[in-house]
Amino acid sequence: MSGIITRRAVLTTGALGAGALLSGCDKFQNGAATRPILFAGEQINYGLARALTNRDSLAKEYRPDQMSPLFRVNGTANPNTPTYNAMVAEKFANWRLKVGGLVNRPLDISHQQLLAMPARTQITRHDCVEGWSAIGKWHGPMLGTILKAADVRTTARYVVFTCADLYSGHNYYESIDLIDAFHPQTILAWAMNDAILSVAHGAPIRLRVERQLGYKNAKYVMQIDAVDSLSKIGKGKGGYWEDAIDYDWYAGI
Amino acid sequence: MTEASLSASPDSAIPVAVPPSAPPSAPLPAANAPGTPIYRHRLTTRIWHWVNVVTIFIMIGSGLTILNAHPHLYWGEFGANPDHPWFNTPHAPSYLTIPAGYNLALARRWHLTFALVFAFGLLFFMISSVLNAHFQKDLRIRLKELAPAHLWFDAKEHAALRFHDPKNPNARNIFQKLAYVAAIFVLIPAMIVSGLALSPTMSAAWPWVLDIVGGRASARSVHFLAASGLVIFIIVHVVLVILAGAFGEVKSMITGWWTVPDDHGAPTQEHGA
Repeated sequence: MSGIITRRAVLTTGALGAGALLSGCDKFQNGAATRPILFAGEQINYGLARALTNRDSLAKEYRPDQMSPLFRVNGTANPNTPTYNAMVAEKFANWRLKVGGLVNRPLDISHQQLLAMPARTQITRHDCVEGWSAIGKWHGPMLGTILKAADVRTTARYVVFTCADLYSGHNYYESIDLIDAFHPQTILAWAMNDAILSVAHGAPIRLRVERQLGYKNAKYVMQIDAVDSLSKIGKGKGGYWEDAIDYDWYAGI
Repeated sequence: MTEASLSASPDSAIPVAVPPSAPPSAPLPAANAPGTPIYRHRLTTRIWHWVNVVTIFIMIGSGLTILNAHPHLYWGEFGANPDHPWFNTPHAPSYLTIPAGYNLALARRWHLTFALVFAFGLLFFMISSVLNAHFQKDLRIRLKELAPAHLWFDAKEHAALRFHDPKNPNARNIFQKLAYVAAIFVLIPAMIVSGLALSPTMSAAWPWVLDIVGGRASARSVHFLAASGLVIFIIVHVVLVILAGAFGEVKSMITGWWTVPDDHGAPTQEHGA
């Protein structure tokens, strides 16, 4: 029966093919040949998101009764460096936020000044790259207000955040484009769930960039710089996880 | 292609509904006799099919790696470790995942790059299948096909491994239609909408993708369930292709031309009268 032979041939071919595929898989999946395609995918997604969506669209805001009963702590729970511990001991009284880089008016904002700034309150969802999400209430000044006060130069394209927590001995860093930087929901939160931001959640301030994943929402922010290129930041990809293990710089997807 | 020259042109090979009044004993038209080549799959269908073979393989493998990063599923707007999952997914073994070793960053790059192929591929297939009338001619479900007697008849025919109406062999049977309609119009769109709902940028811009699935944690659950549905579809599809004659079926999805099989003296569908 030709039919049976055919089926056997197809199944054998399939099995051999699957075997070849699996053994070649790792080289293919992690290899130099596929990387340009996979990294181009991020650029296409970034371009499509910017082209197809309203750049000012707001992330969903929730009612108080929709908040997570417990907002889990992730990433660094305590930077625990001598400098940071000293700041915690004095309740950040001498902490100062430095705003520099491509700005016409570099700023050095005290903790009291930051807390006195007009602030936005938002109940938003935090989406971790791993797949979990939690809803919390965040309160703090809009990053755009601070950047306008610093008068960002027209040559700037990105805003870089340098943090107090250390990864592999270096300060955590992240960056976003100016569209997200000036987005009204992008705030420097100093309060969370109606309490002063805890050390575990990023005291004294945590960046909230609501249309991107958790790792972009840098905790323990110490310094903000406007830059024209990410090539001189870290290893050039714009963030700690991006440089260390190839996470997407554009984490809006 | 020599077979092609023997056959009618593609357009005239499109199935013509047999009038319900046709007597069951009517002789089979020569054009439908076993061994007749029929142009069954249009070029756009074939392209979409083989692109999807590669794309869905990558999507499932990379999706399993992403699922391994947080193997818990929840309903509602949020869901994290302190909350109550409705399902803790089993750990996907490395021989099923892309990449084989746990690497969330690369898995996401595979997944989000090929998601573009997957989503725009469906758009391409849907537009082309409306324009070339593939949907209207081959996948339209008629009410009488859903009659219990017809469903029962077709179920018995499937059990006897006869998948084609000898009078109209190119017509898709009702279970084929239901399976393809479910995959094309329910499962794959559900994958795309729930996938968009997982994106914080897309769900901000298009809040309806979040509302339609009832929140982001629900979107993740819907994404998983629809993917499971697609896996079941693929398993059934491949099994039936093998049972129907893998060589002829695969050949037809490559060349477009399908040879009417000899279905061991299948009875005609009498209930249509």
